[in-house]
Amino acid sequence: MNIKEILTRHNKDKLFLMGNEAAVRGALEAGVAVASTYPGTPSSEIGDVLSVLAHDAGMYFEFSINEKVALEVSAAAAASGLRSFTFMKHVGVNVAADSLVSLAYTSVRGGMVILTADDPSIFSSQNEQDNRHYARLANIPLLEASNPQEVKDLMKYAYQLSEEFEIPIILRTTTRVSHMRSVVEFGPLTKIKGKGHFDKDPQRFVPVPAAARIMHKNLVEKMDKITVLSNNSSLNQVYDQGGHIGIITSGSAFNYAMDVVEENELPVNILKLTFTYPFPEKKVLEFLENVERVLVVEEVDPVMEKEVLAVIGKHGLKKRVHGKLDGTLPMIYEFNPDIVLEGFGRMMGVELSHKGTSHTSIGLPNRPPTLCPGCPHRAAYFEVKQTAANLGIDDLIFPTDIGCYTLGIESPYEVADYLLSMGSSIGTSCGFSKATDQAVVSFIGDSTFFHAGIPPLINAVHNKNHFVLVILDNRTTAMTGGQPHPGLPVDGMGLEAPEMSIPDIVKACGVEFVETINPLNVKKSQETFEKALQFEGVAVVISQYPCMLIKSRAERGKNVIIQVQDDKCINCNTCVMELTCPAIYTRDDGKIRIDPLMCRKCNVCVQTCPEKAIRAKRIDKAGEEE
Amino acid sequence: MKPYPIYISGVGGQGIIKTSVILGESAMKKGLPVVVGEIHGMSQRGGVVSTQMKIGKSYSPLIEQGGADLLLAFEPLEALRAINMVNENSYVVMNTAPIYPFNIRQSEHPYPDLSTILGELQSQTKKVIAMDAEDIAKKAGHILSLNMVMLGGAAAVPAFPLDKEIIIESMQDNLPERSIPINMKAFEEGFRYCSQQIK
Repeated sequence: MNIKEILTRHNKDKLFLMGNEAAVRGALEAGVAVASTYPGTPSSEIGDVLSVLAHDAGMYFEFSINEKVALEVSAAAAASGLRSFTFMKHVGVNVAADSLVSLAYTSVRGGMVILTADDPSIFSSQNEQDNRHYARLANIPLLEASNPQEVKDLMKYAYQLSEEFEIPIILRTTTRVSHMRSVVEFGPLTKIKGKGHFDKDPQRFVPVPAAARIMHKNLVEKMDKITVLSNNSSLNQVYDQGGHIGIITSGSAFNYAMDVVEENELPVNILKLTFTYPFPEKKVLEFLENVERVLVVEEVDPVMEKEVLAVIGKHGLKKRVHGKLDGTLPMIYEFNPDIVLEGFGRMMGVELSHKGTSHTSIGLPNRPPTLCPGCPHRAAYFEVKQTAANLGIDDLIFPTDIGCYTLGIESPYEVADYLLSMGSSIGTSCGFSKATDQAVVSFIGDSTFFHAGIPPLINAVHNKNHFVLVILDNRTTAMTGGQPHPGLPVDGMGLEAPEMSIPDIVKACGVEFVETINPLNVKKSQETFEKALQFEGVAVVISQYPCMLIKSRAERGKNVIIQVQDDKCINCNTCVMELTCPAIYTRDDGKIRIDPLMCRKCNVCVQTCPEKAIRAKRIDKAGEEE
Repeated sequence: MKPYPIYISGVGGQGIIKTSVILGESAMKKGLPVVVGEIHGMSQRGGVVSTQMKIGKSYSPLIEQGGADLLLAFEPLEALRAINMVNENSYVVMNTAPIYPFNIRQSEHPYPDLSTILGELQSQTKKVIAMDAEDIAKKAGHILSLNMVMLGGAAAVPAFPLDKEIIIESMQDNLPERSIPINMKAFEEGFRYCSQQIK
């Protein structure tokens, strides 16, 4: 499939799509005019596809500097009467939350959807928070999708709902839905409105206390009306298999429940909730009347389970509710069919589990993700550690940040000691440098620096902190797949854009020590780190070299091979143990070799070999490389 | 149709996601329901990658323990790691060329011998097909065609729900045009090798 088919295909056509791709088609079918995001797994592909399609579709799309700005861009578009779409990973909503909660008060004119991609089981995040709580915190409606088709269809429905009640809508997916692929049937596209007009109404759009009090009253009244809708919505559906046991479920958990019930022919009634906030109390009450007991199957927190218990308490029903709160199902991580089946058995007091499972008694080595061969972060980590060792600094704290470079947590680098969230490397460096006498070297990526690094850097200078900050500028947002950021001369739609200079910004923040290095030049980099570590105050080193995933394309023509010279190698293992590049390995006969297919010719091993036993050798065009 | 669950495992960068997209689109072309589950992001950087899919009526792509009809393993260690997905009737199509974890020297457990890996798998199911897919891919013209060798191997499995012609059509829709001749050769060689093994 060509990604452009998401735009060019017609009503009734079918494509095999990922949940994230289906969200884009939903936006196109709804006539979304403005879309904004900050990349974050598992939502990233939505932006990747929009960056390809938005221009042709007549939509404005941007990678915003962070999620709060992304939400604000879309909020203003919706206030101007356009349909707008902002999407982010679950923790991104934390960043946007300050504006989100007030947006519920000020409300919208054009429809607005906030898609939150939650990450149960923490495949690529720092936590598995359940963003259904945000619908309750902000008091706005919540829809939950189970598969790509639903993602697309719910997008369209969400815009109708949003415009009818002038309220933003949260659409929640989870990793298993965002990255699920299945067949999606298309609907017709809606023509996109080019420009809106902002009709002023300060009493509505400026929540000063007197106005905000009225806004809150209006919001509560609006949500009362929407509750009638959620109670009667065909999105909340009963799958009646007979029997007196009920399952209430939503999202990805519904898929597991259905597979388990159908495969094992369990006599269970399933209530699938999709329009889950305002909680459809009446619908649930009707469902409970026909069952003796109910199992609530949801990811991650017992959100609906507590709602069901409240319904039962309020109406004085005598029904058992099973789920996370009574230990029938686990309180953490994503579910799967096995977990749901076992939970069902636990509720029934019988042991239910699948076919005899195969195990191996052999201990298996694990395979953690690692920095790519030739990654410039590896060189910077090696240099910082060597320099600190040379200076005799052994008590060193490494606050880190969110990106590929968090993989510095692994041995032998061990340069990730403390992490909270995007930008926290700098804020926590301030704290460590005040609270201890230990040396502090912190790491942040280029995109993360723009996202949340600037205010804490100003804080650091103003409050007279003492630490080294290394900005690992690999000229892209690498971990999420290589999206642009304000430091690049290109924007989210592939158009030319002003390139913001990181050194200039750092200087403008009041930092007196600002130096830029090429981390692949080991000696010079170490000299710079040496000066930085000895500087009194905040020292910033910008370690600039493009991500090898981008760089490799340009590097192909380089007719060089990196080789170990066996006559010079003394097997000291510095390259294998200290550098730990995936391209360097020890052969069965004990000789060290460099895999020519993996090697990116960064030359760092050449420079760091104590015996000068690794060399770069020119080869012919038709050389040994292939 | 009763769902046909396929568990694909290997290492980031081996082309596993592309393989599952081709399989999924082939199923769609044949008019079969299909769901695929993938994991992106941090797990890609040289770490374990797996996708799970069910061809046939199913709501979730996640396979129960021991529920895979086919384990398509792009790497031997990752084949053994996925042993909990197979039962005595499962087919295993496995690439025998190892990729050592970068930290193997510091690892508590050594990388198991190939014979140990095969022995463990064969103790669960007799239907284990092992091939050096890396070698076949190189001979076909490029190591990166390894995923198409594995795809060819899958197509050779008895009762596999998709036929070669439909898979080839989807390959052409999903691979860069200039790479098609090598990938086609890789696919056919993988198919041929596994067909012979099964006889």
